[in-house]
Amino acid sequence: MAYLSGFCRALTGPAAGVWARLPRRGGLGALLLGVLLGLGRPQAAHAQAKYLTRAGHISFFSASIMEDIEARNDKVAAVFDLATGQIAFAVPIHDFQFKRTLMQEHFNENYMESDKFPKATFTGQLVNAAQVLKQLPSATQPVEAEGSLTVHGVTRKAIVSGTLQLRDGQLVVFAYFNIAPADYAIDIPLLVREHIAKSVSVRINLTCDAVAPAVATHP
Amino acid sequence: MIMKKLLTIFTRPALLALLLGAAAPAAHAQADLLGQLEQDTKKDAPSQVVDATFKATRLINGHTVQTPGEGTMVFLISHRFGALNSGAYEFFGLDQATLRLGFEYALTDRFEVGVGRSSLGKTFDGFLKYKAIQQTTGAHQVPVSVTLFTSAAVMTQRMSNGIDYTLGKRTAYTYQALIARKFSPDLSLQLMPTLVHRNLVINEGEKNDVFALGAGGRYKLTKRFSLNAEYYYLLPSYTADHYRNSVALGVDIETGGHIFQMHVTNSTGMIEQQFITQTTGNFFDGYLCFGFNVSRNFTVKQRARKI
Repeated sequence: MAYLSGFCRALTGPAAGVWARLPRRGGLGALLLGVLLGLGRPQAAHAQAKYLTRAGHISFFSASIMEDIEARNDKVAAVFDLATGQIAFAVPIHDFQFKRTLMQEHFNENYMESDKFPKATFTGQLVNAAQVLKQLPSATQPVEAEGSLTVHGVTRKAIVSGTLQLRDGQLVVFAYFNIAPADYAIDIPLLVREHIAKSVSVRINLTCDAVAPAVATHP
Repeated sequence: MIMKKLLTIFTRPALLALLLGAAAPAAHAQADLLGQLEQDTKKDAPSQVVDATFKATRLINGHTVQTPGEGTMVFLISHRFGALNSGAYEFFGLDQATLRLGFEYALTDRFEVGVGRSSLGKTFDGFLKYKAIQQTTGAHQVPVSVTLFTSAAVMTQRMSNGIDYTLGKRTAYTYQALIARKFSPDLSLQLMPTLVHRNLVINEGEKNDVFALGAGGRYKLTKRFSLNAEYYYLLPSYTADHYRNSVALGVDIETGGHIFQMHVTNSTGMIEQQFITQTTGNFFDGYLCFGFNVSRNFTVKQRARKI
């Protein structure tokens, strides 16, 4: 009985009262709330498992003694499935914006061949997913994802490190990794070899919205 | 307080089981997350402008649809030597050379201005070039790029043929619509309907206006090397009867910020007024002039971040 009365108070009391408890109880409170709401509306429980964005940010930086090369792209599409710990993201190569337009042209035409290979993709699985997902509602989680990264038509095993955070119903993702152009058959002529770093650092910043299953799981 | 107590009753494993249990039915549908993502993004694939139709702003003698990116300045050095069939005494044409030095600057990604000075006729030229239509793929397809080009050229050579040359009489104008399509990453073709207007013509019967239709293209053999061809056909006129169509064959070699263009052509001028209306050599008779354009790009102003 005591349980039920508490239950009712939590659901019917002022919203502020419920949220005020969350920081104190941490992840447990959030989880409980999720379950309670989820039981009431089964659809919602599914919705919270999957997060998606089509406007994620990615940038890369190559530092060499000759020049620094930097580009940004805000058209990253990504899906996170928190039920299974699966991750996928796709980066349209043609949408990288450089400060120098000639660099951008060379990037597309000569190095990434974006006509032939329009996207870079990653599919992977969170390492230690159960543990991470359990802690996720309470705090930002440092994570690693293992999977395959496809760049310039070449697929390789890759480990991406980063953090996951649930914030205001959104999944905030930060990730970073390095790519060696040579690993992905990106040919750099001798003449400009000093201009392009052997290892290019890549940063990803995603804010994913929860999606309803009806949208996300269509065949 | 009651709430706090209650919460401690629920142990974490139990909660997790509940949560995962609720989500479990959805799990099987997530086998191909990436495929699903691609399908999702394909639905609203945005239109994409086709760029790099050509490597340089020049095909060989004439312009391409390309303009440099915003804030980029191009320094262009062009040379045409004498005719190959002038023999060993003239060192197969290398003893003679005409030169044009030019600067171009792109005010926006679609609009550039340029100035140049040719040794032939001691001619100054200035031009405006605007990408009016850009070839686009995706939802809103546009099959071709169209760039509008106009130039004015003033010949400043001192003349002693008894004709009174005022500034106006020394001036000529060119109007062009450059129409190009990048058929594949390697193949791009271009058509160039052209009008050249000379304020003064010397010959009896010659018209001030000359109409020509240019055609050309490039085929990329490697990522940084292409074969180029360019031909300007003079529409039937006095000029067509007394001058020759401009023919040019060449290659582009790209190295970082430089583009080297090497070619053979029957024209010794490097601006439209000269190579379209004043070409005299017969290409197929061996009147081949070796020539090159070297362009160097400088980023004067970095583009504001589009984020």
